[in-house]
Amino acid sequence: MINRRQFLRTASGFGSFALADLLAADTNPLAPKKPHFPATAKSVIFLFMPGGPSQIDLFDPKPELRKWHGKPLPASATKDLKLAFIQPNANAVASPRQFARHGQSGAEVSDLLPHIAKQADDLCFVRALHTDAFNHDPGELMLMTGAMQFGRPSMGAWATYGLGSEAKDLPGFVVLSSGTGPSAGANNWSNGFLPSTHQGTPFRGSGESILYLSNPDGVTRQMQRERLDVIRRLNEKHLRETGDAEIEARIASYELAFRMQMAAPDLLDLSREPKHLLDSYGVNHEPTHQYGLHCLLARRMVERGVRFVLLSHGSWDDHNDLDKSLDKNCRITDQPAAALIADLKQRGLLDSTLVIFGGEFGRTPMTQQQRPDINYGRDHHPNCYSMWLAGGGIRAGVTVGKTDEFGLAGIEDRIHVNDLQATILHTLGFDHTRLTFPFSGRNFRLTDVAGEVASKLLRRPPV
Amino acid sequence: MRGLPVLLLVASIAYGATDFNRDIRPILQARCMGCHGERTQMKGLRLDNREAALRVLSPGNSSASLLVSLVSGKEPKRSMPPGGPALSAAEIAKLREWIDSGAEWPQAGALTAPKVEEHWSFRPVQRPTPPASRNRIWPRNEIDQFIVARLDSVGWDPSPEAPRTTLIRRLALDITGLPPSPQEVAEFLGDNRPDAYERLVDRLLESPHFGERWARPWLDLARYADSDGYEKDYVRPHAWRWRHWVIEAINQDMPFDQFTIEQVAGDLLPNATIDQRIATGFHRNTLTNREGGVNVEQFRVEQVMDRASTTGTAWLGLTFGCAQCHDHKYDPISQKDFYQLFAFFNGAGELDIDAPLDGEMGPYLASLANYRKEREALLAQFKVGQHQPSWEARMKEARAFPGKWTDWDHALDALTKYLDNAMAILDTDPAKRSRKQTDAMTDHFLKNYHRVISKELWKELRFTEARKKLGELRQGFPALSEAPVIVEEAVRPSHILIRGEWKQPGAAVEPAVPGFLHAPPANADRSRLTLARWLVSPRNPLTARVAVNRIWQELFGRGLVRTSENFGRQGESPTHPELLDWLSARFMDSGWKRKALIKTIVTSAVYRQSSAARPEIEATDPGNTLLFRQSRLRLSAELIRDSALQVSELLYPAIGGKSVRPPLPKGVIELAYGTDAGWPESTGRDRYRRGLYIHFQRTVPFPQLMNFDAPDATVAACKRERSNTPLQALNLLNDPTFVEAAQAVAARVLRERSKGSAHERVDYLFQVSLGRRPNRTELETSAQYVRTQISAFEKDQASAVQLFPTALVGVSRAESAAWTALASALLNLDEFLTRE
Amino acid sequence: MRSPFRYAAFCLAGAGVLAAQLWSLKPIKRQEPPSVPGVSSPIDRFLRARLMREGLSPSPEASRTVRLRRLSFDLTGLPPTPAEVAAFLADEGPGAWERQVDRLLRSPHYGEKWGRYWLDLARYADSDGYRADRFRPHAWRYRQWVIDAMNRDLPFDQFTIDQLAGDLLPNPTADQRIATGFHRNTLTNREGGIDPEQFRIEQVIDRTNTTGTVWLGLTVGCAQCHDHKYDPISQRDYYRLFAFFNDADEDQMDAPMPGEMGPHLQARPAFDAKRQDLLVKSDVPRLQADWETQILEAATNPGKRLDWDHAFDDLRTDCEDGERILRTPAERRTRRQEKILTDYFVSNYSRVISQERKQQLKYDVLAKQLRELDATLPAISEAPILRALERNSRILLRGDYKQPGDAVQPGTLATLHPMNAAGARPNRLDLARWILSADNPLTSRVTVNRIWQEYFGQGFVRTSENFGRQGEQPTHPELLDWLATEFVNNGWSLKHLHKLIVMSAAYQQASMSRPELTARDPENKLLARQARIRLSAESIRDSALTASGLLAREVGGPSVRPLQPSAAGAKKWEESTGRERYRRGLYIQLSRTAPYPFFTNFDGPNGYGALCRRGRSNTPLQALNLLNDPVFVEAANALGVRVSSAPGGLAEQLDLAFLACLGRRPGDDERQWLTAYWKSQPEATAWAQTASVLMNLDEFITRE
Repeated sequence: MINRRQFLRTASGFGSFALADLLAADTNPLAPKKPHFPATAKSVIFLFMPGGPSQIDLFDPKPELRKWHGKPLPASATKDLKLAFIQPNANAVASPRQFARHGQSGAEVSDLLPHIAKQADDLCFVRALHTDAFNHDPGELMLMTGAMQFGRPSMGAWATYGLGSEAKDLPGFVVLSSGTGPSAGANNWSNGFLPSTHQGTPFRGSGESILYLSNPDGVTRQMQRERLDVIRRLNEKHLRETGDAEIEARIASYELAFRMQMAAPDLLDLSREPKHLLDSYGVNHEPTHQYGLHCLLARRMVERGVRFVLLSHGSWDDHNDLDKSLDKNCRITDQPAAALIADLKQRGLLDSTLVIFGGEFGRTPMTQQQRPDINYGRDHHPNCYSMWLAGGGIRAGVTVGKTDEFGLAGIEDRIHVNDLQATILHTLGFDHTRLTFPFSGRNFRLTDVAGEVASKLLRRPPV
Repeated sequence: MRGLPVLLLVASIAYGATDFNRDIRPILQARCMGCHGERTQMKGLRLDNREAALRVLSPGNSSASLLVSLVSGKEPKRSMPPGGPALSAAEIAKLREWIDSGAEWPQAGALTAPKVEEHWSFRPVQRPTPPASRNRIWPRNEIDQFIVARLDSVGWDPSPEAPRTTLIRRLALDITGLPPSPQEVAEFLGDNRPDAYERLVDRLLESPHFGERWARPWLDLARYADSDGYEKDYVRPHAWRWRHWVIEAINQDMPFDQFTIEQVAGDLLPNATIDQRIATGFHRNTLTNREGGVNVEQFRVEQVMDRASTTGTAWLGLTFGCAQCHDHKYDPISQKDFYQLFAFFNGAGELDIDAPLDGEMGPYLASLANYRKEREALLAQFKVGQHQPSWEARMKEARAFPGKWTDWDHALDALTKYLDNAMAILDTDPAKRSRKQTDAMTDHFLKNYHRVISKELWKELRFTEARKKLGELRQGFPALSEAPVIVEEAVRPSHILIRGEWKQPGAAVEPAVPGFLHAPPANADRSRLTLARWLVSPRNPLTARVAVNRIWQELFGRGLVRTSENFGRQGESPTHPELLDWLSARFMDSGWKRKALIKTIVTSAVYRQSSAARPEIEATDPGNTLLFRQSRLRLSAELIRDSALQVSELLYPAIGGKSVRPPLPKGVIELAYGTDAGWPESTGRDRYRRGLYIHFQRTVPFPQLMNFDAPDATVAACKRERSNTPLQALNLLNDPTFVEAAQAVAARVLRERSKGSAHERVDYLFQVSLGRRPNRTELETSAQYVRTQISAFEKDQASAVQLFPTALVGVSRAESAAWTALASALLNLDEFLTRE
Repeated sequence: MRSPFRYAAFCLAGAGVLAAQLWSLKPIKRQEPPSVPGVSSPIDRFLRARLMREGLSPSPEASRTVRLRRLSFDLTGLPPTPAEVAAFLADEGPGAWERQVDRLLRSPHYGEKWGRYWLDLARYADSDGYRADRFRPHAWRYRQWVIDAMNRDLPFDQFTIDQLAGDLLPNPTADQRIATGFHRNTLTNREGGIDPEQFRIEQVIDRTNTTGTVWLGLTVGCAQCHDHKYDPISQRDYYRLFAFFNDADEDQMDAPMPGEMGPHLQARPAFDAKRQDLLVKSDVPRLQADWETQILEAATNPGKRLDWDHAFDDLRTDCEDGERILRTPAERRTRRQEKILTDYFVSNYSRVISQERKQQLKYDVLAKQLRELDATLPAISEAPILRALERNSRILLRGDYKQPGDAVQPGTLATLHPMNAAGARPNRLDLARWILSADNPLTSRVTVNRIWQEYFGQGFVRTSENFGRQGEQPTHPELLDWLATEFVNNGWSLKHLHKLIVMSAAYQQASMSRPELTARDPENKLLARQARIRLSAESIRDSALTASGLLAREVGGPSVRPLQPSAAGAKKWEESTGRERYRRGLYIQLSRTAPYPFFTNFDGPNGYGALCRRGRSNTPLQALNLLNDPVFVEAANALGVRVSSAPGGLAEQLDLAFLACLGRRPGDDERQWLTAYWKSQPEATAWAQTASVLMNLDEFITRE
């Protein structure tokens, strides 16, 4: 196939394009593209909670466990259960949390998440999610890239690959990370085998927000511009000599880079955000400051047309002292996440922005310790766990899926993470089986060889 | 020992009794005419006609002939000839035979001093066609045709080809200086392709160890060392840079003409690269005398003389040194010729330049600013700025009015001695001095200020402490490597120095090449560059012959001209003149490529011959001048060490780099007088580097090297002796390096044949250390030896542990000690020390 | 769990062409090159004939400067130095080009360039991957072996045998065993609670798939769960292949580098004594023995005592080779095994004893002492290798290790040529020989194709990782086959192949695009011109270091960690000091979860799987990287110093800067612009800025 860049050149002779056109034209691989069918979401904010938050203490109450507290669960329920650290016959432990029903929808949320609870009617709770991996790296990869093997593109990369980006001065896929960071690290926002244009650009919590964004010491903005001008002039000359369109793209990249240097500071400049809003995010208050800041930045990026924001906070891997550390993580994330929903909604952005809150898997009803009462914790649990979604064409104020009385397995509306991915792509306007990339001999896709759109989550199910 | 005369002998086998023209004339011509011919008659004696010669001849009675007693050393005080090797037994025999048979001297036989241009080595290089030979099978290339033709003339056959195991070891040692590994041997034996041998040669020529092996003879010629020599014998921290250059140049097969030009005049090439300047380090190897009282100018002159004569020896194979004080006795080199050559070098000065190695620039630049800052701070802290300027001023005064202030005179003397180019720096405005110059001057000042001030003030200034701190500071920061080079620093008028006395200048001379050789192009200037180009001009009859002859010498143990140091008329004539010319011509025609030349030689049948002695003819040609076999050559000092380290896998085979200091037997360094160096022993793997990297302290040369005839690096050494002394035996048996080697060889065999039987281990041990498998007897004896050793060591654990201190898993102490003993035995075999 | 029908669904998708017999499996046919008047090189004759048929003409020879720069990058990964350019321009004699080719083929940097190409395929990395992503201190020994093998032009057949089965050769040399490190580049998961068997299987699967991709150019991996839908590979086939690697385990060997043995042997006796003394003083021998029995107990029947279960679990995951050592009787443990286990015991005993006991034993102190003692012993390099054993392999249903099916023997793909094994049970050595068999149509084609790809930006078969039905057809089948046979007939010599290619006119022609071509052959499949190829991540960095004179050129050695502005997700990165920071890119430590950002930015490898061709993306982050990354700022400054301290005036200095960066002199307008720019800058930084301009040009990061 003859790609458009070459077509352009043959059509009009090379070098004759103004840079503006070049950026609009597909020398910029991030130029906006049309999806398969009309999208309900333009952007995605993934509030990623690596480590595996305990659904049993947050979203999926299991009063039944009180009966079994400190005792092994019935063998019938635990047979052929394969867990990371503990044997199936470990002692069960009930959740000490208080659950109440919230909003008209009456969603059950534990007392650890008071703010999110207030937004219950805007959220869609998913309870019978399941995955194939009971360890962090494979689990995170499964969730973010659709397969347990390394080297696959993350869903953010797929999104920009499919849709390009509306942001002229910013990358299309941005990553913000706080806490200990996800265990699979950069693989969670890797471009895999897609062109590296699509890899997530990590904005850093502290210091320079983008790597190499600021000029070397002693190089003023003015000098930088002069430098770029002479570089461009020489590049253009060489372009005329060689007629290689790659040089056009190179020039374009340098220009975007320069604009990013201009735009990023503006993005980070919160001076024009009103105090009450900052307070609602918990910015300038502990323990919410950094995460609040990230949530706020996420909104500002979405406003500026960034396609996919991966906002990771962790770790929620509470093998012991679950009470304490779960409480800590909730205090950090609850208020900012809730504020983000409210803020998006108030600005009318929620309809076009899909927000997802959750981790790679859940946690077991059993404890890892001998005794349930002393600093107990829970093991990894892939067979059923919870998340919530909001906006971007997702039904609001519903709870989808049901798990058994112990929280060992889903029994209604089970949704595999590949299904979740299929659904996310659907909100972005894609048929997940048709958004593919040819690599090492076959067409790869986010949902690997599986995935079905979970219609129950959608405001307008596919016909 | 024997060259020409044996040919005479051989010839007489062929043609019968003595004949004046054939047998006697050449002797007189070559060995006597220099002083007793038409031109000169020392002691009034001339031997160019019978009448005159009768003064020393009693026809019919050789015993009564003074000539005979003179040349046969019966007159110790007056043994003749004075220069060059003594007459050989064979020559004397000829003379006696001739005199006894009446000293018959044909009328036409008057000898005339042969004209210069008649001397073979001054004649242009010929391009002879290889003689056809009746032996059609044996020859592999042209070389063999020349050789076999000579052998035919006496009816001898060449020797058969050596066994493959011998061939690969011979090649490996001759080309890389390292014995082959068992794998390499196996590969070669298993390679049945017709060109297996050539492939092996190519592979070895590509090895980076080639440069190390072939740099060494050149270092000998360049009298390379890591210290000044003389009383003070200061260490030369940068000398190795030139050695490094040689190794790389040879590895890259830099053509010999370029190799020459860059070393003689690299600095004069248009925008010379750093490497080309480093090449001029060749002439920085002259000794440096920093003794008190030596006059700097006198010493400079001595260095220039040394450079002139070294150039003569290294490239022309002529003993120019002789013409330093008077016209050359035997060769047409006038004293004028010498000082004209001298004049080429008279303008040259010494300089150490920054010559960063790969990877040095980064750390250096990264830390430079800080270093300067901290250094300035220190100097300020010790108020150096308040004293140095006045001190420099006084130095200038002292120079202007010598003898006025004694202590300042001494201080000035010290300045000129210890700080290179001191006067030049002193005369440069401090603001205009290079960073190096500034630091050098300050450092010298800090070290020597005490010479001119009171003890009290010296104490008060605490400069010693300052120097210590500056030293530590320098240690802490990455520096750039430096290199000693030659620069054209001044135009100095040159004169003939009467009797070589620097204080007795005679007639002025201009730079010029010896008159009896071809002239440089008319339009050429009188720079060193012209000299360099002249040396390698295709019209130069000597350079190529000399170079080729020395390469031949490395590969056969002796040159086609045995006196590889002297191609003059006192030297011997080539045993195969046509071959020498053929090779020289080919060398030049094919772009002066060392590797090509070596390949041609080692792929010849004559090189590939067995070195086994041939009793039936050894006696007739004891020197093997006709090359009827290869030679067994004892390895050079360095190669013996290298081999031991190689087979034991102790060798750290890094190429090039700084010199190292392996452990030195106690008491050696203490012998050194004056040297401030000491012997900071190298640690870790630097102790296991090849011999040519061992730091060469001229006044305290490394004993193992000297035991095995390494040259002392005072004058150009053109060939090495191969002595055989008991010291050598002791050296190999007890030198820690060789003991360690034996242990490691044992460890290697026990590791790599951990499951093997005693016989398998012996077998492998032979392959490892000798590159061949043992024969049945060797196998049995060795196995038996190990058995007895084991039982011995079992009774004497203590010695076992001493002999092999490292406990190995699954091997008893006694066992490992026993194998060490056997390994040590093999490493002491003559076969191990010999290239066969 | 997933339902089987899902797979069915996937497999039907696009499962179109099963009919036609696969071209790549047909035997190689060597056709003599068509005769083309005035063209001698066989390669050119094939290409030219094709072009003539298409009515196209090749491009003229590229300028000498372009060609030398091209050749230097392609053979050594480094740009030519100004001196080398000058030498080539000055060499008017016939055979000047060939002299350059031979010089560069002899350069030790050749092994670095082509070693790196192989390391991509070998999914080389310096860390485990996964959460722990533990550093692999000895991985570099394999890299070293590859570089050496390339430099001495180890024939590709031997090269293959050594890597797949070096350990099975009679009396293998250390090098041959180190070569098996090829399959030690698989990832290792040390996460708590993983089932070691599951990940052992995953590793074996990775070894199988990688072998398939690297030597056969087939994605056998698909057959792991079901019969391959596109290529004739049955699931049984797959697990027969799998069985070869199931018959191998990981191992570690002492592999002293030259020069290491001496110091080590010297220090050894004293060290052994001291260590033994320390251990005995702290009663280690007795306590360790007891600890071992306890753990073994927990291992045999788990679930009894949680703490000992954990202890065993930790041992298996945290302790290199821990379980195997534990199960080896003490007297049969090698010195290394013994040490590993004891060291592990000393630092982990505390996990199973009371606080009080911990207080009194003070093993933390002992551990420290032991570490300090270790530091005093001159180390011997080690190497990760494979060792052979026998396992009963079974087909794994849906690739699930918990669902074993029929038993299988080691064996090869039924659709390919038969294997004649030496012994009753075929082993990796037989596999290697089978791969190299004259009847195998794939390996030589696949290899030649990938090498061609390096020279022209794309292979004859552009899907160089896949010669199966999902792959593309070759553009020049006859030439591909001719080169394949040429390669084999010349003793599998890579250098011979390289020379053959770079001596061709096709390789030496200009890369400028030609409008008429762009229309006719937009993807330049017919090679009527050379390709402009963006340099690899490593080469870009190497070029900057070379041009600025900062490069530390020594070849080989352990990995280095140059300055790295802390990037998101970066694990511990203890910066190298001094010259180490200026080594070539291929020596930079590759941590799988935190790769060197610059490399990620320029499509460098991530070490997760065989990488058959590099991406060549073009992003704004790259621009920022080259403009502002301290490494490049440093390079620009250094080049500034180099240029400004060079003799001559501004003109000569600008020439030098151009020669150093682009291997050519500036054109008039370039000279004029840069002079103007230079003058416009503050004097102190003018040269550094100008240097940085040159290093940011598209031409600088492109091989033309």
